[in-house]
Amino acid sequence: MFRFLVRRLIVALLVAATVMTLAFVLTRLSGDLATSIAGPNATQADIEAIRKAYGLDRPVVSQFFDWVGRAATGDLGNSYFFQTRVSALIAERMPVTLTLGLTGLAIALLVSLPLGILAAVRENTGFDRAVQMVALLGQAMPSFWLGLLLMILFGLTLGWLPISGTGSWQHYVMPGIVLAFSAIPALTRLTRAGMIQSLGSDYIRTARAKGLSRASILLKHALRNAAIPVVAIAAVQLGFMLGGSIVIEQVFALHGVGFLAWESIAKNDFPVVQAVVLVLAVIYVALTMVADLMNAVLDPRLRA
Amino acid sequence: MSVATVNAGPRRGWRSTSTWIGAVIVGIALVCAVFAPLLVPHDPFAQDLNRRLLVPFWMEGSNPDFILGTDQLGRDYLSRLIWGCRISMLIGVTVTVVSGLIGITIGVLGGFFGGRVDDAVLFAITTRLSIPVVLVALAVVGLLGTSMTLLVLTLGLLLWDRFAVVARSTSMQVRNLDFVAAAWCAGCSRFRVLSREVLPNIASHLVVVATLEIALAILLEAALSFLGLGVPPPLPSWGLMIAEAKDYMFFSPWVIVIPGVALFVLVLGINLLGDGLRDAFGTQRTDS
Repeated sequence: MFRFLVRRLIVALLVAATVMTLAFVLTRLSGDLATSIAGPNATQADIEAIRKAYGLDRPVVSQFFDWVGRAATGDLGNSYFFQTRVSALIAERMPVTLTLGLTGLAIALLVSLPLGILAAVRENTGFDRAVQMVALLGQAMPSFWLGLLLMILFGLTLGWLPISGTGSWQHYVMPGIVLAFSAIPALTRLTRAGMIQSLGSDYIRTARAKGLSRASILLKHALRNAAIPVVAIAAVQLGFMLGGSIVIEQVFALHGVGFLAWESIAKNDFPVVQAVVLVLAVIYVALTMVADLMNAVLDPRLRA
Repeated sequence: MSVATVNAGPRRGWRSTSTWIGAVIVGIALVCAVFAPLLVPHDPFAQDLNRRLLVPFWMEGSNPDFILGTDQLGRDYLSRLIWGCRISMLIGVTVTVVSGLIGITIGVLGGFFGGRVDDAVLFAITTRLSIPVVLVALAVVGLLGTSMTLLVLTLGLLLWDRFAVVARSTSMQVRNLDFVAAAWCAGCSRFRVLSREVLPNIASHLVVVATLEIALAILLEAALSFLGLGVPPPLPSWGLMIAEAKDYMFFSPWVIVIPGVALFVLVLGINLLGDGLRDAFGTQRTDS
């Protein structure tokens, strides 16, 4: 178990280091950063001044190691536009994105677990096909469009929910539903497949033979085994959701990390952009590690 | 990444109906994409402020010359919708070609050679999955400027993971089969074994992945265009049409409903076709 942990940790660190390099290269793609920060109306002297002030006159390699060295200690540099520390900016916006992500995951699980279980119990019936159809429809739904439709329906026609902003819990209902849509198809299919597999196994037959109740067989015996991959994938899906929430944050004007990144891209505020890429990647890596560990704890065969 | 091992197979009849629906949708989209310049009833770029926001045919006071109405600049909505189909299909297919070349190469190398090579491939896939796609694509386009070529290359470089995963696992299975051993014994070169024995035998799996990737690329392009960092205006990308019409959606909801439905139906059609192909080839579902 210990060796498994160490190996998993080394891979995670290597991935983080690679993403760090990629994020740095990414923001240097545009060629001369000083020119693009200064804007179209800047004089040559302005550009030179910016180049000096931001340390862009130094060799790229030394800029790179400077950034890596600081980022390793948690210092992500300063924002050009907001004139504050990037780490403070991200910390300020993270609660919104996390709330959105967790709301989305909770809704996704609340929908896909029952649907997956029922579809498995009634395999190959009309209900099963309907559930699979719903999964297909969800997969094809463009999230930003669904968001706009919900805004028209719940915001304007029915007037139940606020259209944009972050004031209260009601503000997270529509964005949460939209975000959940991206995870529901995969989670439903996985639950269904896992349940079908465990319902066909010997220990379920034994449980039936013992005369246990249907509910007890389904929820205590079958679901517990089917849940292992679902829980693991749910953690990974949360990582995808946090990365993908940028579109939804923009639609609903939720000022989270994704919104911050979108603003910063428009303003050429590259320290923020590269920091958000790095932070989201690290969160994803951490979540996949948690998923792997959960799998390993619950299923000893995977520790080899 | 995980492979659900239980066969997702309801009755054949329903499956083949849905596959046909998918094939018809994709067929119509292909015709629209290829023959767009001949099919459009009006110039999709011609503005006329005298006929702004004309309503579509199912509403009171519509103009029979403009079946789906006009947008906020008086451009014919049907013509823009057909032209937008061309853009969606073009991007979907080209992105998949780029990502397919990268992913299949990486995946086959890892699966076929194993050992150190495979470790490197697995690491590349893990790293790729940790990168937030939408954010990085937005950043690249935002820094380098909007253009179709750049968009295709960026998405192609970001979306190769599923190709790599499937190519790797399938070529790993094929590698140990007898006919590959026979090819080695016959003195075939590595390249010949790979291109003549391995690739043809994993091709059906890759075709299924390709359909799903086309759908994914179309959805991502629409999202990026919606955020203003995808296809540059005045090109009528469906995502861009929704973004431009957003300010009018509370008064005339059809302006966002029409391009959105088109997007939804096309992606659904491609996925239905992909699922049908999967069943026909007898391959398994891989969910990310």
